[in-house]
Amino acid sequence: MQIPVEGFMYPNEVELQWSVLIVLYPFLTGLVAGAFILASLERVFQVEAVKPTYRLALLTALAFLIVAPMPLQLHLGHPERSYEMYLTPHASSAMAMFGFVYLWYLLAVLVLEIWLDYRRDIVVMSRSTAGWRQWVYRALTLGSSNISERSLHIDERAGWLITVIGIPSAFLLHGYVGFIFGSVKANPWWSSPLMPVVFLFSAMVSGIAIVMLLYMLMCRLRHETIDMRCVDTVAKYLFYTFIIDFSLEMLDLIHRIYEADESFRSLDFMVHTKLYFSHIVVQIVLGTVVPIGLLALTQVVKLTEMQRKRTYVVAGCLTLIGIFAMRWNVVIGGQLFSKSFLGYTTYKMGFGAREGLLIAIILTILPFAILWVLVRLLPPWPERQSVAISAASGD
Amino acid sequence: MNITRRQLLILLPAAALAWESILAGTPEASPNYNLTDHWWGMLMDVTKCIGCGSCVRACQLENEVPDGYFRTWVERYHVSDWEMEYPKVDAPDGGKSGFPPAQEEGGKNFFVPKLCNHCADSPCTQVCPVGATFVGPDGVVLVDQKYCLGCRYCVQACPYGCRFINPATETANKCTLCYHRITKGLTTACCEVCPTGTRQLADLKNPNDPIHAFLKTHSVQVLKPQMATRSKCFYYGLDGSVR
Amino acid sequence: MRSFKDAEHLLRLAAVFVVGLIAFLVLRAFLVPRSFGQYGHYRGNAIGETAARPVSYAGHQVCEGCHTEVLDVKSKGVHKAVACESCHGPLAKHADDPASVQPVKLDTARLCVRCHEENLAKPKNFPQVASKDHSGGAACDSCHQPHSPAMEAGGSQ
Repeated sequence: MQIPVEGFMYPNEVELQWSVLIVLYPFLTGLVAGAFILASLERVFQVEAVKPTYRLALLTALAFLIVAPMPLQLHLGHPERSYEMYLTPHASSAMAMFGFVYLWYLLAVLVLEIWLDYRRDIVVMSRSTAGWRQWVYRALTLGSSNISERSLHIDERAGWLITVIGIPSAFLLHGYVGFIFGSVKANPWWSSPLMPVVFLFSAMVSGIAIVMLLYMLMCRLRHETIDMRCVDTVAKYLFYTFIIDFSLEMLDLIHRIYEADESFRSLDFMVHTKLYFSHIVVQIVLGTVVPIGLLALTQVVKLTEMQRKRTYVVAGCLTLIGIFAMRWNVVIGGQLFSKSFLGYTTYKMGFGAREGLLIAIILTILPFAILWVLVRLLPPWPERQSVAISAASGD
Repeated sequence: MNITRRQLLILLPAAALAWESILAGTPEASPNYNLTDHWWGMLMDVTKCIGCGSCVRACQLENEVPDGYFRTWVERYHVSDWEMEYPKVDAPDGGKSGFPPAQEEGGKNFFVPKLCNHCADSPCTQVCPVGATFVGPDGVVLVDQKYCLGCRYCVQACPYGCRFINPATETANKCTLCYHRITKGLTTACCEVCPTGTRQLADLKNPNDPIHAFLKTHSVQVLKPQMATRSKCFYYGLDGSVR
Repeated sequence: MRSFKDAEHLLRLAAVFVVGLIAFLVLRAFLVPRSFGQYGHYRGNAIGETAARPVSYAGHQVCEGCHTEVLDVKSKGVHKAVACESCHGPLAKHADDPASVQPVKLDTARLCVRCHEENLAKPKNFPQVASKDHSGGAACDSCHQPHSPAMEAGGSQ
């Protein structure tokens, strides 16, 4: 497959190394980190208004975290050797952190916090359900059926502690991805101390947006009224986080334009030509300026409930598209220009190939399928809980 | 199928022994070669390069380099006048079949051969997540073909574009300074066939190596010195426009 | 002991983690390659494995060991610094078993222009010609002897 090159590229640079799957990975872990931060708002920072989204946020984070290593495995030349990262992690490599940070966050933070929060319901359902479902719940109880008030109080304290540890852990889970790019001195599009911070804030934006959208969607599907106090508060946090994220990205841009180092002309040309649609149109205008504008509107103008809901949905969807575009522009954009600053190549994304578009689409849909299973297994809604509990206690 | 306890008692140690031999790998193949006696590098006299591409062809033949990928390559530069920041550069098929006639008259034209710089402070080995690529005790940067995951981080981290992923092995690949030759007292394939003496292997730990006298009497450069990679590929006569 | 009873589930959980950690450490000790860490953070045997590859180019000293008559001619001409395999290609197999592996006869019409075709980017003092104008279609070795190409030495035909 002949790849069109403009100008000059070092011969080995013509073919891109990191594909759309490597764009997807930070997008997925970003959603994990962002959803978790939203959950921690209630648990640690006592923002009581967002409580209806608490359990949903945790389950969303788990669903995306389960899928997160899949694009990486599919990308590796030798996925069967990936266990080597656990055996001989190279301390100087940010990527070596992945195995341990992932495992820590999955087991010691997310799974633990979900287990502690749901434990009462798990014990109740281990008594009230039948068949294979009962076996699942029984396994999850780890053999302990103590749901006395004191034990639940201990759970609550432990859960609080886990969340406190979980916040820097979530920062680490996604921040290290930003560092993987930000620490590559060979690539001026990536190399920047701002990179982990920008990644983190855009992750928080995407995570908050997706939980907001999922909450509204699930309320509609269950024919429940949307708690507007909750959604208004979530949207408010989305707005604030977005302002910070936008400011950081503008800082990076202005700094680049002002300093105009050796890479600037090449990168500038790339943004205006090859990356024009994905960077200017999708990421900046549609994905950042428009959602910020819409959210600002809801903060300054008194809109009706229906108007606010519609605005939040539009803003949320555009946000997610914009944050995906940001990952695309960083990963793919960073490989489109030559390190000689004299040329450009093209990204040929296959459709059915191992790292192609089809796989990317499947991996994007998969977390929602997993979330559906999790929601059935561990219902986040208060009504079902009270039904199950009253059934178990024989009312 | 039922495995009895007795069968398991025999099977498990046998499997463990087999696994041991896989883990042990193959022993040193060059008994007369002492790792700590050498610190390898290369000297390039760019003023002599004629862009014949012999080095690129020889490297491909010696090291089974797949088509379309390059362990070494030659670039041709055209610098029109004082604008050193915008040279016109081309490397048709890495210079493997030489170069077509130059299109522009005037200005300054020259060839620059490139390869892995075998950096002493190599950024590519720094980022490898598992330790599959490394700077050996004798200064050659190598890739462990049995251990590499093919994550491509090292390819991204090299400022010189000298790495690639070999589609046959799905692992990282690059110039090994013909390690299998230099450990047997031979020179690299590219240096062997270079007709003009542009390329010369250098052993910086050998006090009799001509590079020491050369470095004392000539001004030399390295590629992208701002990257602080402590590159061991020294260029004499390198123009400021070279990327 | 009341508090223990109420925290019992946490202790069970901790036990699961500890068992997992021990299993990981045991597995790790078993799986890390033996030579890893011998010289640094890599598999020491990889050095030997890289060095053990077969050689394709014999090197001009090996050629000169047998082909002394060619060496006599070449060492007096301007091609004295050009290695044999630079033109003749990789011949380690021929050096190992001269009778069974014969080098291919070279076509000078295609071979010589690889270095000597005129190009603006070549050093000015390097001998280069515009081949279509230079010999009127005759092969290079009708006037130049490749091992010692100066005109005085005469052609090989």
